[in-house]
Amino acid sequence: MTSPSRTQVLSLYKQIIRNANGFNNYNFKNYFLRKARTQFRETKDLQDPETIQQAYRTAKQELGVLKRQSVISQMYTFDKQVVERIDSRKHTQNSGR
Amino acid sequence: MLRTFTRSLLVRNRRPGLVANRWYATAKVAFDVPLETHTDVQKAHEDLAEARTDSAEVVESGSTALKHAYQENTGFGTRPIYLDMQATTPTDPRVLDTMLKFYTGLYGNPHSNTHSYGWETNQEVETARKHIADMINADVKEIIFTSGATESNNTALKGVARFYSKTKKHIITTRTEHKCVLEAARAMKNEGYDVTFLNVNEDGLIDLQELESAIRPDTCLVSVMAVNNEIGVMQPIAEIGALCRKKKVFFHTDAAQAYGKIPLDVNKMNIDLMSISSHKIYGPKGMGAIFVRRRPRVRLEPIISGGGQERGLRSGTLAPSLVAGFGEAARLMKQEFDADSAHVKRLSEKLTNGLLAIEHTSLNGSPDHRYPGCVNVSFAYVEGESLLMALRDIALSSGSACTSASLEPSYVLHALGKDDALAHSSIRFGIGRFTTDEEVEYVIKAITERVEFLRDLSPLWEMVKEGIDLNSIEWSGH
Repeated sequence: MTSPSRTQVLSLYKQIIRNANGFNNYNFKNYFLRKARTQFRETKDLQDPETIQQAYRTAKQELGVLKRQSVISQMYTFDKQVVERIDSRKHTQNSGR
Repeated sequence: MLRTFTRSLLVRNRRPGLVANRWYATAKVAFDVPLETHTDVQKAHEDLAEARTDSAEVVESGSTALKHAYQENTGFGTRPIYLDMQATTPTDPRVLDTMLKFYTGLYGNPHSNTHSYGWETNQEVETARKHIADMINADVKEIIFTSGATESNNTALKGVARFYSKTKKHIITTRTEHKCVLEAARAMKNEGYDVTFLNVNEDGLIDLQELESAIRPDTCLVSVMAVNNEIGVMQPIAEIGALCRKKKVFFHTDAAQAYGKIPLDVNKMNIDLMSISSHKIYGPKGMGAIFVRRRPRVRLEPIISGGGQERGLRSGTLAPSLVAGFGEAARLMKQEFDADSAHVKRLSEKLTNGLLAIEHTSLNGSPDHRYPGCVNVSFAYVEGESLLMALRDIALSSGSACTSASLEPSYVLHALGKDDALAHSSIRFGIGRFTTDEEVEYVIKAITERVEFLRDLSPLWEMVKEGIDLNSIEWSGH
């Protein structure tokens, strides 16, 4: 397996961010966003192709977990947290406003 | 004639049913219906808030001071901020992801060795055991799964003491231990053992010389917790371990709050037994482990008798899903150790600085020897329980979850030499992997405002403001 290209890495990062944003739970969403940012920043300067491949594979596996768990988080939802602003448009879209 | 009549009747009868079925089928594929579960009462809250702001006259609902202390923020959610990480932690989604497959397909009994269902779950159990052992640099064979840290502590204290009961009849522990260690020690007292409860200084630390002089020739076990659950104080585990090894006494540590959060090495620290809990490290509840050293061998009498699973020390079929979740949680604790530690430390400093900026507040426990994720602060002249009632938007505790049902002040703070008033007014804040900056800022603001509000109601506070020393007052009726 060759090293992942720049586009591949960027697309993976984009997908991770998108799926982390899919979490309904405030704390989980923020944690995975923070983790994705620090993780990609840390692995940015990797040179050894072997380690790059390893990091890419791990991130890809973690993306799978995120995809499944963000869906589960949307299935079992709870109230929003007191620090979370409620987007009123989302909730009132059916009431015709 | 008769025949046609029946047929038309049949057709007429069948038609409504057919139409009804069709209607049902179309409703089933309506994709735009929002997915709502029974827990989603967000909309109801929003409607309520809207109705309140719309109504011209504001209805005064109740007259107690606490209702005024609590302010409702419209436009925001209603679920409290979780800051009680010492009681339990949220299950990490990655842990849940590992556990789910045990409920969907991998249902084999890990102890069945005659078929592949057993082998596959057994393999997962052993992987989990490896992850748990790696975190503390132990051998896989030294990890025994239990139902939680309470069972682990009981196994250690009762098991070791009972096994060596013919020659050794003495146990040493401290006054600030978790309730389960203290109660187990007291139970051993009823069985005829001698128990020494070591005192702690005002920082919550034990005195090593006092420990050394307390060790007798017939001492079988010393049990000191690594990180205190109420004040977050870290005991000098390595020094205690070295002392116990020198005196040839077994050393047990309750690391429920410490495992994965501070660096622990059972070999370097000479730990012989260690209790671990899964739900304190973002794993599932109802799971724990005990580390039992093999070289030099620690022998103990099992509390539960049965099929001889887990080296015969804890019989009973393992729950592979919980074990695997626990293992994954331990693996993540190791993987994320640096990132988590830095995050918790940063937030803890922010919270501590913010809270101690309020006048007449003090941090309980040693400021240097502590796990930063546990911050215990006393707010003088404020009743802790009323502060908690005023803080409905923050999930906090005034001490350990086991004692919060009763109004008795924390025995841990008592052991530190704090008086009842200060013990009553202290609150514990727990910070973890999932706590955010935004939450900490909200908490600091909320606490500052409400402490000020509650103090303004207090006549004691007025006297303090006037410069009267409360200890100099002769209260009548005493």
